[in-house]
Amino acid sequence: MSSFLEVVDVHKYFPGVKANDGVNLDVRAGEVHAVLGENGAGKSTLMKLISGLYQPDAGEIRLEGRPVRFGSPRNAIRAGIGMVHQHFMLIPALTVADNIVLGDEPGGIRYKRRTAAAQVRALSQKYRLEVDPLARVEQLSVGLQQRVEILKVLYRRARLLILDEPTAVLTPQEAEELFQVLRHLKAQGTPVLFISHKLDEVRAVADRITVMRAGRTVATVPAADASPQELANLMVGREVVLRVNKPPRTPGDVVLSVRNLSVTDAERRLRVRDVSFEVRAGEILGIAGVDGNGQTELADAIAGLLPASGGQVAFLSQDITRLPPGERTRRGIAYVPQDRQRDGLVLDFTLVENAMLRDVSHPPFSRRGILQHRPARAYTERLLEAFDVRPRDPDRHAGDLSGGNQQKMILAREVSRDPSLLIAVQPTRGLDVGAIEGIHRQLLRLREAGKAILLVSLELDEILSLSDRIAVMHHGQVVDIVPAETATREQIGLLMTGTRVGESEVAQPSNR
Amino acid sequence: MTPVLATALAILIGAAIAYILGFDPFVAYGALLTGAFGNTMAISSTLAGAVPLALAGLGVSVAFRAGLFNIGAEGQYWIGVIAAVWFGYHLTGWPGWLHTLVCVVAAAVAGGLWGGLIPGLAKAYRGAHEVITTMMMSYIAIYFGQYLIAAGGPMHAPGYNAQSYPIRQDAWLTVLVPPQLTTAVFFALGTAVAVWWVMFHTTVGFRLRTVGANARAARYAGILVPAYTVLALGLSGLLAGLAGGVQVLALDHRLMWGFNTGYGYTAIVVALLARNHPFGVLLAAVFFSALSTGGQNMQMVSQLPSSLTDVLTGLIVFFVAAERMVPLAIAWYRRRRGVRVQVAAAGEGGREA
Ligand SMILES: Nc1ncnc2c1ncn2[C@@H]1O[C@H](COP(=O)(O)OP(=O)(O)OP(=O)(O)O)[C@@H](O)[C@H]1O
Ligand SMILES: [Mg+2]
Repeated sequence: MSSFLEVVDVHKYFPGVKANDGVNLDVRAGEVHAVLGENGAGKSTLMKLISGLYQPDAGEIRLEGRPVRFGSPRNAIRAGIGMVHQHFMLIPALTVADNIVLGDEPGGIRYKRRTAAAQVRALSQKYRLEVDPLARVEQLSVGLQQRVEILKVLYRRARLLILDEPTAVLTPQEAEELFQVLRHLKAQGTPVLFISHKLDEVRAVADRITVMRAGRTVATVPAADASPQELANLMVGREVVLRVNKPPRTPGDVVLSVRNLSVTDAERRLRVRDVSFEVRAGEILGIAGVDGNGQTELADAIAGLLPASGGQVAFLSQDITRLPPGERTRRGIAYVPQDRQRDGLVLDFTLVENAMLRDVSHPPFSRRGILQHRPARAYTERLLEAFDVRPRDPDRHAGDLSGGNQQKMILAREVSRDPSLLIAVQPTRGLDVGAIEGIHRQLLRLREAGKAILLVSLELDEILSLSDRIAVMHHGQVVDIVPAETATREQIGLLMTGTRVGESEVAQPSNR
Repeated sequence: MTPVLATALAILIGAAIAYILGFDPFVAYGALLTGAFGNTMAISSTLAGAVPLALAGLGVSVAFRAGLFNIGAEGQYWIGVIAAVWFGYHLTGWPGWLHTLVCVVAAAVAGGLWGGLIPGLAKAYRGAHEVITTMMMSYIAIYFGQYLIAAGGPMHAPGYNAQSYPIRQDAWLTVLVPPQLTTAVFFALGTAVAVWWVMFHTTVGFRLRTVGANARAARYAGILVPAYTVLALGLSGLLAGLAGGVQVLALDHRLMWGFNTGYGYTAIVVALLARNHPFGVLLAAVFFSALSTGGQNMQMVSQLPSSLTDVLTGLIVFFVAAERMVPLAIAWYRRRRGVRVQVAAAGEGGREA
């Protein structure tokens, strides 16, 4: 097979960082090619170089044998290279169709909205990427937003599709659907280049795998020949423990008690319906469910970011249902929110400022209202060290960190606050295997220390291996709560569709 | 860097305009410079004019930092003037320094309540956009001031002119360098340092900046965003009010018609050019004040209308606001010459991982 795209000894430097330092890659016509690598290895940078967002400082990119140099993403997409970013770039207030055609609208001066919607509908049927062209993007789940992003590049007739960590935000089902789409594209001769941290899926869907480490490509292997252990070791450069081992533990007192909680979101839609559960000290309660079934709203409500429309939340035996978020934080609730860039971090602030975000009125960050810059900086340095956030530079802006390192920064901050309750929504989203191992160890350490943990995750394996009990949500309700030792993937998977064992009727899928 | 670049570009284009109109740009700019800094008197006027610009500019920048656009600094300035004048001639028998202090505090508080509290509360609890409310409040203040000193108005001093009674002389600020430079300059310097310290060295300033940088993250961080909205607009109005109070104590000593100077509007440009940094505000204030004092000299010497300085101001606003256009324009230019260059990914998404 001939090469569609070749990257030859490409270098890209940022001030003080060699993001890409000798990268070689070739993507053949009609193959699915995966890129693996640790957080900060330079994967996103490479994709941005290929898609014209950055220009290489040295080296060459060839498209069908001809050297190319794209001045901007616009040029790249004209040449047929379409990219879906790790963090979506959609305009929330516009409709799906508007977002897809934006910048390339049908009609001349007058925008033909109808035509656009029709074209988008046709496109989404052709590629089996179902989405309502007239829905507003802000109302869509992350999974659906991704479809919009993919449609956006397909609409521009991409001949190579690049996806940066596409499955990080998807449920296993959604990921499987995405793979169907990728296979479909491949069958039509459109090569796909995608980044992932999940070894299983990479092996399942890719033809070849390129591994990056510290800005370099270290190997390209056929997917069929690579074992997960081998890949993990290539990525990290050391042996990685892929299994967590969770010592048995008897839970202590009730830390969090949720009674008949109902929550409506900002658009006044009922997202959590009459949910009740408890989390005890030294216990991890996993919340499983398909994305968009009320898990994030539940977490937001417990953290105080969304008001409860009914029911009660009690923390350490005290009713906190009406307390503002800040007060809940002070009482010992830590929260890793789902959307790290919008909620978890201030991208224009330095890491020091982000470290103090939640506790600025306390030592070591301030004393009597006055910031203590030096102790705050020292504290941040220790955080970066302990949680292996790279680069270890407290003065860097959060926005300059790689996606996985942003996530590590939030976790570092929240876990180090020594909370009684940690609410973690998708804590390992976008992390490499080595980092996931580290985070899982941190969560178990908290459990060991007698903290209560509410773990919301779309990863069934993560839920199954870490949780003591598993609550499954569907359509805003907790379908069932089961002990983790006896739970199976199949059982949880079935519950996630709203079916309780012994029942045959399937509840209506949630209306996202 | 960009503010300097924007200014330089504006000055260049201004020169081109002068040249096209048939004037010698070197003569014109030379006259502008001597007019602004050529002798002690010029410097005195320039610095004196910079004081209200700096104070009001600090006010606008504080709101900007919190993500709010206080467009009504002009009205807050007027309210400050009114309050200072009212206390300035009503209080009698107070020691001079205390009298001054009362006037200054009254001006600041009045500005804060007017520009901050009312639009702030309306925004925080009713969602009324501050651009609209501060603007409306601003007009109310200006017309209210005119009513006060019109014939028959409560502050009207007997006589033909629409003006108030003068502030008692014991409360006037001391002249340092004649004709205009008074101790007001210390208010500007001190306030800039205070604003800098609050913004970057206190938890209040940190929270304020957080609200401006990412309101959602601010809520997550436990910050009461509505309260900080009120606070930011309050501080903003307070500083604009202070500008009015200090200025009237320093120079005009009374509320009078024709007093309308537009400091509150120029303050927005000052904050923009300074990128909301308190010390940058000082520099930008001196710059714009120099444009206005120097502009008159330029007109006298070179016959080039002093309104060219308004053109310069407009150009600067344009370039600063269109920050992203500069690299784009450069890239466009180079592309046209057939050189493919880096279109600095700047505007296009340098922020995501
Ligand atoms: N705009 C930027 N300015 C400065 N440094 C940057 C910038 N973008 C990336 N970097 C740095 O370059 C390195 C590679 O980042 P990149 O985003 O390519 O990593 P990645 O492999 O995609 O990681 P992740 O899996 O965490 O997303 C990191 O050290 C990162 O901090
Ligand atoms: Mg990345």
